Amino acid sequence: MYAIEFENVSFSYSGTDVNDNLTKTEEVLSDFRMKVEKGAFVALLGRNGSGKSTCAKLINGLLVPTSGKVTVLGMDTQDKKSLFEIRKKAGMVFQNPDNQQVASIVEDDVAFGPENIGMPREEMKKRIDYALKVTGTEEFRKAQASRLSGGQKQRVAIAGAIAINPEILILDESTSMLDPKGRREVMSVIRTLNREEGMTVIDITHYMDEAAEADAIYVLNEGKIAKTGTPEEVFSDAETLERCGLELPRAALIAKKLKEGGLPIDGVNLDKGGLSEKLCELFRKV
Amino acid sequence: MRIVSEGLTFTYNKKTKFAKKALDGVSLVIEEGEFFGIIGHTGSGKSTFIQHLNALIPVEEGTLKIGDRDLSASVKKSKKKKFYRELRSKVGMVFQYPEYQLFAETVYDDVAFGYKNFFPEAKKEDIDAAVYGALEMVGLSREQAGKSPFELSGGQKRRAAIAGVIVTRPEILVLDEPVAGLDPKGKRELMALLHYLHGTACKTVVIVSHDMDEVADNCTRIAVFSEGKAVMQGSPAEIFSKTEELVNLRLDVPVTAYLSERLEEVGTKIETDYSVADFTEKTIKAYGGKSL
Repeated sequence: MYAIEFENVSFSYSGTDVNDNLTKTEEVLSDFRMKVEKGAFVALLGRNGSGKSTCAKLINGLLVPTSGKVTVLGMDTQDKKSLFEIRKKAGMVFQNPDNQQVASIVEDDVAFGPENIGMPREEMKKRIDYALKVTGTEEFRKAQASRLSGGQKQRVAIAGAIAINPEILILDESTSMLDPKGRREVMSVIRTLNREEGMTVIDITHYMDEAAEADAIYVLNEGKIAKTGTPEEVFSDAETLERCGLELPRAALIAKKLKEGGLPIDGVNLDKGGLSEKLCELFRKV
Repeated sequence: MRIVSEGLTFTYNKKTKFAKKALDGVSLVIEEGEFFGIIGHTGSGKSTFIQHLNALIPVEEGTLKIGDRDLSASVKKSKKKKFYRELRSKVGMVFQYPEYQLFAETVYDDVAFGYKNFFPEAKKEDIDAAVYGALEMVGLSREQAGKSPFELSGGQKRRAAIAGVIVTRPEILVLDEPVAGLDPKGKRELMALLHYLHGTACKTVVIVSHDMDEVADNCTRIAVFSEGKAVMQGSPAEIFSKTEELVNLRLDVPVTAYLSERLEEVGTKIETDYSVADFTEKTIKAYGGKSL
């Protein structure tokens, strides 16, 4: 069983005028297929409007496909009876931390989800303690959420999402409003959850460095999959990157330019540490 | 117009228990014609500083001169207030996520709003010329001017918001995190737009950024803010060669600076301004020279 499976999924938004007549439909996803293994870390890339966020909303049943089928841990999102279960299993964190905060005190905010699903008190206490601990937000559990930094708030949002013990975590540009430090904090929490707790992660992002750490990347363009593969495979495909409005991670861009200038550097070089070793090796030799 | 600040100090919620010193003696010069970068952590005082530049925050302590307009604490309020309106038309301010501030029914009306605020007596044809001129500069067509801002894409909305600021033809354009949240292509296009404006509509561009690579690639000079002070200022070459100081301030360094430092450890010094173009060119040269 896959954690998430999209089978030939299409989705159209339709608009209505004041008299509720259907005005126009716009297909944002067409014939989309994706299989995500349990415990995988998958990045979704693509320019604004390419269908990434629609994809995220289809996973936890906020939207249902116009045609095709989305299955989450074997449950069909169109089956209304499973919807509650699906949303328990697929937590979501959005872009703006201020928009997803419900209570003023951190631990109350984290408790909102477990309370909603009627989790028994003893278990709830354990889950909240765990969620605060794994996201590194224990120290301000009694603090006012509004007084935290962006990175801290977003970690609280993640704590809230994982407090209901989901198996899948969906991040919809969750690091885009954070400064580099906040981004690092959040990504390190995500890595821990993925690697140590086996949580399946879907990361929708504009940061290429973030995507470079994923197990697999899906590139979306105009509602279709333009490319899928490992970060190395995707970032070595210059034509796709150009066509889909993406860019190389910084280190890879520098490596590419140096190679074009005649330096014998092989590979895609997604990380600066690896590239620096290769460069130093080259300069030591001559 | 030159920007000169000396000992600029500001405390939020003064005389309350929430008092927080946001600026603590900022001394900084931004010359006319620069593409200036301000970097530093969240809470280091960057945003508070730029809000002083067009008197959104009045100077509480210290001196600040924008061209020949003296905003210093020592100058009488009544005297300063007389030139606030003019100052604000000359120092354009684009906040973070400015597209959230679009409000009018059409893009045209939104851009015209700023102009009419500053020039209430303006005739229809003057407004038309200013608005369409500003929209053309940011790359929006006359057809798009008639649309609702909500029909535009994210990148276009941000351009419309910038048009609403440059419509008064400010000499200094200040932008707080101009490319935040845009996709890679949107980022590239917006940076290109800022360089275009820098050469045409505006003399000086000041950007606040968290992205060291972006600053290294684009800025002529940089100031590093930390705990309410401008702790470092200089060219990218000067700032990013001091990687240790930046790391001590818990800031990132551009990838080019990281690689330069590693290369220097193995005996190769690359003299560069740390932009990708310059760094790769110099590295290729250094390698060519060595391998011959």
